[in-house]
Order: sequence, then C-alpha cells, then structure tokens
Amino acid sequence: MLFRTSARLMVSAALVAMLMACGGGEQRQVIQNKGSDTLVNVAQAWAEAYQMVDPAVVVAVSGGGSGTGIAALINGTVDIANASRAMKEKEVEMAVAAGNQPMEHVVGFDALAVYLHADNPATHMSIDQLAEIYGDGGTYTKWTDLGLEVPGCQGQEIVVVSRQNNSGTYAYFRQVVLGKEGDFRLGTRDMHGSKDVVDLVENTPCAIGYSGLAYATDHVKLACVDTGVGEECVTPSVSTASDGSYPIARPLLMYTDVEPAPHVSAYLDWIKSDQGQCIIKEKGYAPATDVTCG
Amino acid sequence: MTKEKVPARQDFDQLNRDWFIDKAVQVLVFLGGISAIVFIIGIFVFISREGLGFIFEDFSFTEFFGSPNWRPTSESNPTYGILALVAGTASVTGLAMLVAIPFSLGAAIYIAEFASGKKREFLKVTVELLAAIPSVVWGFIGLAIMNPIIIQTFNVPVGLNVLNAGVILGLMAAPIMTSIAEDALKAVPDRYREAAEAMGATRWQVIYKVVLPAAKNGLLGAVLLGVGRGFGETMAVLMATGHSINIPTSVFDSVRALTATIAAELGETAVGSPHYEALFTIGIFLFVITFIINLSADLIVRGVRKG
Repeated sequence: MLFRTSARLMVSAALVAMLMACGGGEQRQVIQNKGSDTLVNVAQAWAEAYQMVDPAVVVAVSGGGSGTGIAALINGTVDIANASRAMKEKEVEMAVAAGNQPMEHVVGFDALAVYLHADNPATHMSIDQLAEIYGDGGTYTKWTDLGLEVPGCQGQEIVVVSRQNNSGTYAYFRQVVLGKEGDFRLGTRDMHGSKDVVDLVENTPCAIGYSGLAYATDHVKLACVDTGVGEECVTPSVSTASDGSYPIARPLLMYTDVEPAPHVSAYLDWIKSDQGQCIIKEKGYAPATDVTCG
Repeated sequence: MTKEKVPARQDFDQLNRDWFIDKAVQVLVFLGGISAIVFIIGIFVFISREGLGFIFEDFSFTEFFGSPNWRPTSESNPTYGILALVAGTASVTGLAMLVAIPFSLGAAIYIAEFASGKKREFLKVTVELLAAIPSVVWGFIGLAIMNPIIIQTFNVPVGLNVLNAGVILGLMAAPIMTSIAEDALKAVPDRYREAAEAMGATRWQVIYKVVLPAAKNGLLGAVLLGVGRGFGETMAVLMATGHSINIPTSVFDSVRALTATIAAELGETAVGSPHYEALFTIGIFLFVITFIINLSADLIVRGVRKG
C-alpha cells in the first residue's frame, strides 16, 4: 500500500515537472515539419542545429513520404512540407481550395547518379542510351549493343537495376530519362531502397543502376552523363548538381503557406543561409546556393 | 485413510469465488477458441472492402490475369496485369517443392521409421528449430550467401533468381512438411508393419509397399501445406528473387512474387487510389488461393486420421 502511494506521488510529481517545463518560461513556438523520406535526415539535422540558433523554437520533424507531407500541408496540419518532387497541379488546386496557398522553397539538390560496376569500361552515358536501356521498347539489352565488352559479365546481358514503382527517385528518373509519357521496361530488378541499388551494382559486373549521389561508394563507378551526341558529359557531384549542369539532379523542396508565420520564415531563411546549407552538404546532398563550408 | 474432508455436494452449487473463476475461465477459453474464426472473417471483410472498389471500377479480368504489364504508377497508361507475378510465385513455389519434398520425406521416414530414443528427439527438436528461423534471415542468406555462389557456380549475371528463392523457400517449407509427414507416417498402425514383416518383407519393402501407400493422404496434405507456405511467404522471396517483373524461361531468371509486390508497394501508396485497391485485390486473390490450399490439405489430413 505504502509503495503504491509513493509511486503515485512520484508520477504526479513528474507530470507537474513536465507541465512546468513546457508551459513555464517564455513562450516556445513549435514548427511542424513533415514529408519526404529523402529529406528526413537532413530535416532532422536542421531541427537539431536550430535549437542552438533559436532555443525558443522547436521543430518537430517526421517522414512518411513527399505525398504525406503535401497532404498535411493541404489540410493545414503542418507548417512546412518536405518534398523530393514538385507539387502536382491537382494538389496545388486542393490546397488553394482549402485556403492554404502553397509556396515553394528550393533547399538543395539531389543528383541521381548512374552507377556502374567498377570493371565496366563505360565512362559516359547519354540520356538517349539510358532511355534505350531503361525504357519500355528500348533496344539495348546487351552491353555489346553499346559497343562495349564488360569483363566478368556472362553473356554481356545488361542487368537493369531500378527502384520500386512508388519511390520519388523512380518517378524523377522516369520523367527525365523516359519523358512524361514514358514507362520503364518490364524485367528490371526493382530494389527497395537507394542503398540496395548501389549494393547490387557493386556485386554484379553486368549491372547498371541509378540512385542518389549520397549513396556512392569507392567500389562503384559513376557514369558521366551527357544529354546528346556532341554534348560534353557531366560528372555527378555536389557542385554540378547545384549549378544545374548535371542533367539528372532534382530539387529538394520545402513547401510553406504563401505567408508563413514569422518564426517559420525565420527558420527557412536560416536553412537557406550558409549555416543551413552546409548541413545539407554534410549529409551528401548538393546545397541550393554556392557555399564554402569549413 | 485420507484426512481431507470430502466436500459436500451443496458446496459446489454455491456462488463462491471458485465458481466465478470457473465461469470466467470458461468464457475466456471460449473466446480464445472462436477468436480465430472472428479474426479470419474480420480480415477477409477488411481486404475485400479495400479491394472491391478496384474490382468494380478499374478491373478488367483479361488484363488482371492475362497481362504481364504491372505498371500501376505510370503517368500515361497505368496497367494492372499480374500474370508475370503469378508466374513468379508459381515458379518459385514449384522449385521449392522439388527441393523440399525429397528432403522432408526423407527426414520424416528416418525420424518416424528408423531413428529411436534420443536420436529421434534430437532430430525432431532440430527440425523444429529450423522452422523457427525468421524469414528475413533466410532472405539475407539468399542475398549474401546464395547470390555470389550461384553467380560463380553457374556463370550467370545475377544470383537473385528463381533458383535462389526456390532453394531458400524449399528449406523454409521443409520443417513443417517434415512434421506433418512424420505425423502421417506415425498414424499408420503398427499392425500393418508387423503383418508385412511377418510375410518376410524387408524394411525398405515395408516402407515402400505398406507404410507410404497407407500414409498417402497425410503426405499429400504435408506437401499442400508446404505449397501454401510457399505462396504466402513474403520477406525471403522479396529479397532472393531479384524483384523483377518477368515470366521466367529458366531457373536463372529473376522474377517477382505476388506477396513481395504488396510488401514493397503498399507502404507508400495513397490510400483509396486504384493502385492501393489493386494491391488489395492481389491480397484477396492470395487469400483465396491459400485458403483453398490449406483447406484441402486439412481435409485430406483429417480424412486419413479418421480412416
């Protein structure tokens, strides 16, 4: 009996302490931030670092995918939605109808690198070649079709590595390489994660794959990508993604209301500042602005 | 002799604490007993409700079962054909049975007919231990161990294929098949064996001519349960098949299973979209198939027990 009473006392004491910690002191403002799984690690790092900048603001970050974040913004339940794709027209209409005119902020870039096995003699790929390899009805099924001989690759068959069909990476690669109306061919190996693509390519001489630049290792080769015959190819890197010269780089976005609350716009300004941009660079993505970090 | 007082009859009729406990336990046991039925009906109603929207609106029987084009997120022309996925599941399960039947039948015959005493107990426990390995661990074995072995041994570009998943799935299905097959063999009355031996049959003749035919139904049930396991397995086939939409022409082709498709795609699909509902329609299809397989296995096994 005595034990129970004291346990109850302790619980209530803890509750009171928590309430005081939350309610007491100056007003703390909370920013709700939700969306893209690609961005979630960066968003978390920003939220943590911002604690030092402005202790009065708490940023609550959660993932769930670009679609989830955008849906929450439409419903007005978050202040900032993270997205690795632009909002669709239909989504913007829905947001406006709900009285939340959205505004887009580019906070960084993610280069989708074309990965090749280390032994693959290919150094560059054109968008057209990628379309022939990846596209429905494409004609390249063997490395010899590209005039190459890959050592260790039995039958010279191209092992095409892709992503599961609801990933943002999949959708972006399809849009850039295969066009708006294009579709992937059947028979691609559809990996369930950015890292799995790189792992498979690393261990398979015949393979070609695409994945975020942040997942590159020393044991794979990154193709230099050009947009057509006679064009100079561009190696994927943080700098070529930032300046827009690398053709398969997608913007990483944050959406807010067109007139965000002061503490929200202060947070976004900080993200776009050198300090914020160095954090995204540290996480392996390309910053939106040209910064030099220590 | 005994010092304990025998309780009088009216003590049982009293509404005392024991009576309530007795009743409460009865109710709990009853609820436990019918819970399986409640859950299975609940699950069926749930997946039907989620999937029926697709069946009534976007569903085309010939496309769904006749086309290999599974492109639910296409911008220009979404297609929902599961032929290649069915072929993937069927090929992997078929190969798994080819692997599992000799293994499990051999193990069951040895455990039931030859092994005795400690050796028998040890084998039984080991077989059950094999069944306790989580499927993600099997998938990992397929990915990390079988993949390079297959590439080197057979000189093929990728080791994630029907062969890999079939062997993994065969090893996964073997323990349960062994247990059921062993039960079936044990259920054959000893007088059959004695009669055969009395007529001068050798041990192998007893097993081959008498025990196996007598246990036929139970063994078939064991195989069917293994097939059901193969159809329903998700994680290991997701990792070991290569997850590639493809109608296989050899065991070295990568394929994709029905279950793996649901697992890989459902998480990021907008609730209520045709893609979401199509995945649930696959769920209904899988549910019906495994239900039929398990039910027939059960009826066959039950038949042999009574007979």
